Amino acid sequence: MAEPRRRWLRPRGADDLGLRRALADRALPLLVASMTFLAALSAAGFVAASAIARHWQEGAAASLTVLVPRPGEPAVEPGRTRRDAALAVLGGSPALAEFRALADSELADLLRPWLGADAERMSLPLPAVIAVRLAHGAGERGADLDALAARLDAAAPGALLERQDVWARRLAVLARSLQACAGVVLLLVGAVAAALVAVATRAGLAARREAIEIVHLLGATDAYIAAGFARRVTWLAGLGGTAGAIAALPILLALGLLALPFLRRDIGAAADPAALAGAVPPLLWLVLPALAAAAAAIGWLTAQATVRAWLRGLP
Amino acid sequence: MIRMQAVGLRYPGREGPEVLRDLDAFVPAGGFRWLLGPSGAGKTSLLRLLYLAVRPSRGRLDLLGTEIGAADRAALALLRRRIGVVFQDFRLLDHLTAFDNVALPLRIAGRPEGQIRADVTEMLRWVGLHSRRNVHPPALSGGEQQRVAIARAVINRPSLLLADEPTGNLDDAQAERLMQLLKELNRLGTTVVVATHNAALVARHPAPALELEAGQLVAGGRAADDGRRADRGQRVDG
Ligand SMILES: Nc1ncnc2c1ncn2[C@@H]1O[C@H](COP(=O)(O)OP(=O)(O)OP(=O)(O)O)[C@@H](O)[C@H]1O
Ligand SMILES: [Mg+2]
Repeated sequence: MAEPRRRWLRPRGADDLGLRRALADRALPLLVASMTFLAALSAAGFVAASAIARHWQEGAAASLTVLVPRPGEPAVEPGRTRRDAALAVLGGSPALAEFRALADSELADLLRPWLGADAERMSLPLPAVIAVRLAHGAGERGADLDALAARLDAAAPGALLERQDVWARRLAVLARSLQACAGVVLLLVGAVAAALVAVATRAGLAARREAIEIVHLLGATDAYIAAGFARRVTWLAGLGGTAGAIAALPILLALGLLALPFLRRDIGAAADPAALAGAVPPLLWLVLPALAAAAAAIGWLTAQATVRAWLRGLP
Repeated sequence: MIRMQAVGLRYPGREGPEVLRDLDAFVPAGGFRWLLGPSGAGKTSLLRLLYLAVRPSRGRLDLLGTEIGAADRAALALLRRRIGVVFQDFRLLDHLTAFDNVALPLRIAGRPEGQIRADVTEMLRWVGLHSRRNVHPPALSGGEQQRVAIARAVINRPSLLLADEPTGNLDDAQAERLMQLLKELNRLGTTVVVATHNAALVARHPAPALELEAGQLVAGGRAADDGRRADRGQRVDG
C-alpha cells in the first residue's frame, strides 16, 4: 500500500530550496515560544481583567448597606421602631431586588475580630445593618439612591445609606484600563513576533539566494518559492507557539486559582483544588490553542509576504 | 523562436558602454546556432537575456512567441519552463542528489512523481550517471556535474535549449555524445543555441553562428541571415 503511494506523491519532506539548514530549528521556535508565553500571560490578564470588571459592575456595584443607629427606639412615625421604619422605606422602593436585616448573631460574627467572642454580651449600642441588592441596572442610577437616602433619613433620622457603587465603579474602570493594557501588549507581542519571523525569513533568503535564483530560473513561480518558505516557517512558528502555550499553562492555572475567590464567592479558598481548576475561565482553554494557531498563522503570513516582496527583486 | 530588435543590455551599477549593443537577430523555431566570440565578448550575457535571468535594458526581445517586455511574472515563469539551460558554472543544488537535481524542473512543473521517477531514471542512464544518482554534486567530478546539468536542462523537453560551454569539462567522446543529443533534440524541433570556444567541435558540426565581439553581433545577425542563408543551414549539418 505504501509503495504505490510513494511513487505518485512528492517525496515526503522534499526540500528543494535547502531550507532545513537555512531556517534552523532552534532560534525561531525558541523566540516564538517566548512570544507566545508573553501573549498567553497578557491574554490571561485580559480575560481576568474583563471578568473582574464585569463582576464588580454587576456584583459589588449592585449592593449597598443601610445602617440604622438606635434601631429599637421609636421612629418619627409613631407605632414602630426605627428599624421597621427603614425596612418599610426599602420595601416601597422598586429599584431594590432584595434586602435583609442582619440578625444580631450575624452582626456579632462580623464584629468578633475586633471585639472578641463576647461582643453580644457587651450590649453595645450597635446599629441595625440591612444588606441591600439593587435590581439589575439600578446601580447606574445615582440620583435614585440619593432620593432613597433622603427618604431613609426622614423615616429614621441618622440612618445611613452606605454606597459601594462609587468605588466599585472606580475599580471597574481600573480593571477596564488593565484590560486595555493587556490588549495593547497582546497586539505588540503579535507585531514583534511578525518582525522576528520577517528577520528570520530574510536571513533564510540571504542564505539560500543561490538556490532560489536557480529554482527561479527553472521556472518556479513566486507562489512555489514562497510556499516552500511558508511551509518551513509555519512549522517552526507553530512548534514554538505550542511550546510557549504549554509552558504558560501551569502559570495560568495558578493565576486562575488566585483570582477565583474574587470572582466566585460561593467557592471557599480551601475548596478542593481539582474543582477549582474547572473554574478557570473557560475562555482561557480556548485562548491557549488559539495562540499556538495564531503563531503559526503569523509565521505563514509573514513568510509569504516577506518572500514575495523579496522575489520582486528578481526579473 | 528568438527575435531581437535593437536589444541592448547594461548591468545595473556598471558604468561605461553597454555589455550588449544593438543586437538584431532572428532564430526560427527549430533552428540551431553556435554562439561564438572571444572571452568577455558577451556570450553568457546574451544567453542570460535568452533564459530570462535579465531583461533587456533596451530594444525588443521575443521568445517562443512571447514579447518579453509585455509579459507578467507568471507568464515569464511558465516561459522559463520551456527553456532548458546548461549553465557555464552548472549551478547545481549541492544539497540535492544528482537524481533530485535532474528531477527539479519536473517537480517545479508539478509532474506526478511516478512519471518523474521514470523520466529521470532514463535520463540518468543516458548520461551514464545512473550508478551515481544518489551522490551530491560536490562529490561528483567536473564532467559528471556537467552531465547532471545537461540532464536537468533537457529533462523537460524544452522548446528552447541554451548551453554555455557545455563541453568545457567533457572528453572528446562525451562531447560527441552531447552533440548527438543536441542534434537529436534539434531534429525533434527544439531551438538550440550553444556558446563555445571549442573550434574543433564547431568544425566537426558546421552550423550557422552568431558571432559576438565586444558586445556587438559581427555575424549571424538578421542582416547576415536575410540574404545569404534564407533557407540553407537553419539546422546543424553533418
Ligand atoms: N553580473 C555582471 N555584472 C556586471 N558585469 C558583468 C556581469 N556579468 C558579466 N559582466 C561583464 O560583461 C562582459 C561580458 O561578459 P560575459 O560573461 O557575457 O562574456 P563571455 O563572452 O561569456 O565570456 P567567456 O567566454 O569568458 O565566458 C564582461 O566585460 C563582464 O565583465
Ligand atoms: Mg561566458
